[in-house]
Amino acid sequence: MAYNKRFDGRKFDEVREMEAKVGIIPRAEGSAMFRTGKTVAIAAVYGPRGVFPAFLQNPKEGRLKCVYDLLSFSVTERKRPGPSRRSTEISMVTEDSLKPVLDLTKFSYLGVDVYVYITQADAGTRAAGINAAALALADAGMSMKDLITSIAVGKVSDKIVVDLDKDEEDHEDGATDLPMAMSTRTGEITLLQMDGNMTQKEIKEAVEMGMKACLDIKKVQVEALKAKYKGAGK
Amino acid sequence: MKKYVEAVLLNNERLDGRKFDEFRKPVEISYDVSNKAEGSARVKIGKTEVIAGVKMDVGKPYADSSDKGNLMVGAERLPVSNPEFLPGPPNAQTIELARIIDRGIRESGMIDLKKLCIKEGELVWNIIIDIYTINDDGNLIDASALAAIAALKNAVLPELVDDKVQWGVFTKTKVPLKFEPINVTVYKVGKSLIIDAGRDEEAATDARLSVSVSETGSVHAMQKGGSTGMSLDEVDKAIGLAIKAVKPLRDALK
Amino acid sequence: MTENMLVKEREVVVPGEELAIGMDYLPSEGAFRDGDKILSSRVGLFNLDGRLVKVIPLGGKYIPKKNDTIIGTISDVSPMSWRVNIGWAFDVMVHMREGSREFIPNDADLRRYYAPGDLVVAKIIKSASPKMIDASLKMPGCRKLGVGRVIDVQSSRVPRIIGKQGSMISMIKDATNCDIIVGQNGKIWISGNDHKMEKVAEAAIRKIEAEAHSSGLTDKMSVFLKKEAK
Repeated sequence: MAYNKRFDGRKFDEVREMEAKVGIIPRAEGSAMFRTGKTVAIAAVYGPRGVFPAFLQNPKEGRLKCVYDLLSFSVTERKRPGPSRRSTEISMVTEDSLKPVLDLTKFSYLGVDVYVYITQADAGTRAAGINAAALALADAGMSMKDLITSIAVGKVSDKIVVDLDKDEEDHEDGATDLPMAMSTRTGEITLLQMDGNMTQKEIKEAVEMGMKACLDIKKVQVEALKAKYKGAGK
Repeated sequence: MKKYVEAVLLNNERLDGRKFDEFRKPVEISYDVSNKAEGSARVKIGKTEVIAGVKMDVGKPYADSSDKGNLMVGAERLPVSNPEFLPGPPNAQTIELARIIDRGIRESGMIDLKKLCIKEGELVWNIIIDIYTINDDGNLIDASALAAIAALKNAVLPELVDDKVQWGVFTKTKVPLKFEPINVTVYKVGKSLIIDAGRDEEAATDARLSVSVSETGSVHAMQKGGSTGMSLDEVDKAIGLAIKAVKPLRDALK
Repeated sequence: MTENMLVKEREVVVPGEELAIGMDYLPSEGAFRDGDKILSSRVGLFNLDGRLVKVIPLGGKYIPKKNDTIIGTISDVSPMSWRVNIGWAFDVMVHMREGSREFIPNDADLRRYYAPGDLVVAKIIKSASPKMIDASLKMPGCRKLGVGRVIDVQSSRVPRIIGKQGSMISMIKDATNCDIIVGQNGKIWISGNDHKMEKVAEAAIRKIEAEAHSSGLTDKMSVFLKKEAK
């Protein structure tokens, strides 16, 4: 059955309502919350700080370590505590999506730790997590070439869409999930995954749609960072 | 800094000007942290922040309580909340936190476990509370215990069809609750006893006594922590302090 | 010259934001060049210093630099040196020859000078790498600190808290009659005869920390201190 109207009425290239805030965890060097629709991610950054055990210290530059996980009550069926294979993989791709823009050369032997947790999951969790992590790193004063933005694009039944929600992921005619992350300034794609069924042409179309959507996400991120200092510098 | 904190207390003052039996302001509770949880809540005491959620499941009862549902309380001191917390399985202090809160709820009879029985000897409801710390500015214990209670108050039973839980479909039936035990921890710093230690006060703590207090002022659970001893007089004073100080937490739950 | 500036002086900018166009300018701290544009590499305040485009950081952890005055705690004592915890990933080292203006004999027990737990003011003299930072306890201003309140502030706000030629911190010291030492690492030691005045000094410092980049702060603080430190 053709998917002609999205369940929640959005346009095919429209991202769900977004909300972002930085500095939500006073104890951390940097922190942020990023919400896309009903998916809520929080991230905190600690560092630069020591790396242990010592053999993991890198004399050339700092080490970025990301940890991502779902809280047990963020999903419909309780997730047992402890990292799953899925969250371990997402931790790694999150790290790889953020590293390309970070300048860690002044942090030899040191590490920067990013912790991302999903408090409410409604699809697009790793994207929300990366958006929150990028904000938290900026909030922590880290040097970077750009803010990384992330979104999940894909195909629901026969239509290419941006930012699938849970109902779309579970569509009876099948859905393809294509999470991506990028630096909108340079056009560099830093995260790309897919599972489903799409042609080469469809993939290109989806990613291009995603790149446009990332511009909207970037706006939300920039506003959140500047909102913290309203009144500063005047 | 410890000597300084002790000196200020001996002078009958606290670093932030509070009274010894005073909780930080504001004490804030909000609900529905996750729409996937059967119940959830967020508690802020000053800058300390903790969230808790309730998930439910059905299963066979234990042999020695064939007509009762079950309660499980877990806690994670998330690495986001304190640079000293690292990812990994809960350590002894985190487990202690969960167990202190568990005892407070269990021993007070807060949850009417008999009402959670669906078919005696065959099927009962299991309640699982998960607590996550978000920002540690001192006294995670009381904030965590309050979050757990608040999440329980917010919780409803999920739909049950043919003895199978339909997660995501919520009924309007609230979890059967009888009482509201609230945990108040008294911190011993040098010779002084204080309520709701802030970050620096907690770092200077020699011992602590967590007291679970009911609405009628009776005590259902206690836990002494820290490796310095307390005299009977100190313990008695601490219990009295806890009972007196609980009001702002109780008010926040209303 | 300023037609090529894309943002105003002291405007809040974020990583990746375009600051200036053209080859007339040089990117300095917090900024980098990409083609003919100069962009910000962090969250901060845009600042044009002659031809240098800078972004003054608004956050971030303290990174030790040579000549910084820092406040820390003695964490370890070895036969020939002390280690000081200044809130950095690694403790800094004070060699015995930098320990005191007085001569320290070779067989001295260094704990008699500074013992673990002692609060000290020290000066960074060498920052070879993040792991190997040397400090001195014998330079002017360095000493063991007595009992006092130590608070942590964002290190990026320290210049504002100190003020031009120390004017801001002097105003607080005079109004509260407290001894105050500010470490570049964001640790501030406050000691007065009156705990209430110590709290007022702390409140004043926190106020500057929160409003560090707004204007008219000096006047605001003057009013605040007149009211609170009666």
